[in-house]
Amino acid sequence: MADPFPPPRLLPSGDSAVTVEFSRTIDETANRRVLALDHALAAASLAGITETVPTYRSLLVHYDPCVIDHATLGANLLALSAGTLAPETEVRRWRVPVCYGGEHGIDLEDVAKALSLTPDEVVARHVAATYRVAMIGFTPGWSYLSGLDPTLQMSRRQNPRLATPPGIVAIGGIQTGIQCLAGPCGWHLLGRTAMRTFQLHRQPTFLLEPGDEVSFTAVDAKMFAEQERAAEGGELIAERIAA
Amino acid sequence: MSTLVVAQIGPASSVQDGGRFGAQRYGLTPSGAMDKLSLAAANSLVGNALLAAAIEIGPFGATFTAKGGSVRVALSGAPRPADVAKRQVEMNTSVTLSEGEKLTLGFARGGSFSYLAIAGGISGEPMFNSLSVNARAGLGSPYPRPLQSGDVFEVAPAGDAPELRLELPKAGGPIRVVMGPQDDEFSDEMKAQFLGSDWTISATSDRMGYRLEGPPIRHLHGHNIVSDGTVDGSIQVPGNGAPIVLMADRGTSGGYPKIATVITADFGRLAQTPAGTPFRFKAVSMAEAQAELRRYKDLLRSLPGRVTELTSSAFNIDALFTANVAGHAVSATDVTTWPGLALDSSDHP
Repeated sequence: MADPFPPPRLLPSGDSAVTVEFSRTIDETANRRVLALDHALAAASLAGITETVPTYRSLLVHYDPCVIDHATLGANLLALSAGTLAPETEVRRWRVPVCYGGEHGIDLEDVAKALSLTPDEVVARHVAATYRVAMIGFTPGWSYLSGLDPTLQMSRRQNPRLATPPGIVAIGGIQTGIQCLAGPCGWHLLGRTAMRTFQLHRQPTFLLEPGDEVSFTAVDAKMFAEQERAAEGGELIAERIAA
Repeated sequence: MSTLVVAQIGPASSVQDGGRFGAQRYGLTPSGAMDKLSLAAANSLVGNALLAAAIEIGPFGATFTAKGGSVRVALSGAPRPADVAKRQVEMNTSVTLSEGEKLTLGFARGGSFSYLAIAGGISGEPMFNSLSVNARAGLGSPYPRPLQSGDVFEVAPAGDAPELRLELPKAGGPIRVVMGPQDDEFSDEMKAQFLGSDWTISATSDRMGYRLEGPPIRHLHGHNIVSDGTVDGSIQVPGNGAPIVLMADRGTSGGYPKIATVITADFGRLAQTPAGTPFRFKAVSMAEAQAELRRYKDLLRSLPGRVTELTSSAFNIDALFTANVAGHAVSATDVTTWPGLALDSSDHP
């Protein structure tokens, strides 16, 4: 059977990494192929591959060229990328509580105005979708989710905020995201979650994996405060639900 | 138990080792020493594992005091004036501080980062197998932040072994790169300009990235690409056309086109290039870059075997400084004569 997908491009990222690029744009199929290759590579356990970093459209493969040479690695990557998408048998789905609006979601009202919606309508559309963790990157636990309701798309802020609190849930472009640590952010802040995608001395240290599914549920400020205390004590806050 | 007390220290100084690997897929950057050859040199002089944690000292001065007993240390990397109780301390030598003695380090000359290794190593709680400080993520041990005056390291008391010295091969020349991964976002003319121009590192650079000053590099299709993964030495070109080389504390993903990637063997040499000093890039093939990586690893492995006893303090200081300035390219050295050591990607402490 002919391969329904074109082969990815192999782009050198220095002497010890290669970028396997499936698309130049944010593309659902490309992201599934990235995650499928990531799984296939893990299963193949090729000697010399030290680390992989899935992103929206490419898989960055770190390797030790003293163990596996560039050409052999490239041939393996192309072979493992061929064929249909791997069946997603073990998708994990999480329900994540979010305190929307008010002091925790300072952009909710402006977002609603810009989209000619009420704040409640924005929240209703944000909690209605099921998202997939397309990638985790930039800072620890910063989870980029695909699957945003197209009616909630808006361009990022002209002036990124230099400081935002931990646990923000935000939208930017066609994405929504969860930023675990305090830091700069150019997206629109809809709310905050007490769930920590990254927490030292907790098992697991990183809660979400690329490929996981996420849905949101709205909680009030009192519940958020209680969940913050529980998270401090090591509770996951996010609830694993049937996919 | 002896202690080494940080009596005074400037910004941009922190505990760093070989780095923190395995969690880049979760957004956790490796961190680690900016110049691993100098880290390994300092460690070799005090008998530590090559990439064990040491104190990475930024461009400014620092003073350390031994308390509760004697402490043996070694200094490598960016040359700087150093003395213990008026005795001059050369770069790439070990020195023992007696109880109460103070090691005084001046400003870096001709480099950015020096490494102070402590005999017996730094004790702390590894996170993802590393003590390296990643201040943004709150990681690092014993202090999850840059060092401050008053910080204390508990260390093994120094023995009475002779002091040691190490000579590193001289290196220089352009910073070598492998083109890509997104060099097709730039015209041939712009690639030629990137490779044919003098660049300087901006004073606003830090462990996350080195901002370069030179002629602007224009994109063919605009500066926004969909974020993808980064490596140490990725050279991003943002909208203003001024390239940024991503360094040890880089974000694990980035959304600007990457025109080229600094080869591993030259990364430390770039890290040590002082702000304002012009340099050039040179494109090399993948085969050459990987051959240089093997030579670089061989050089690191060879360091413990190159250590000799420091029998006299009558060194020509200028010659030592010249020999050990920033550059560490390795092609000049015959690797076949060096003893082998296990050093691979799993070799981080």
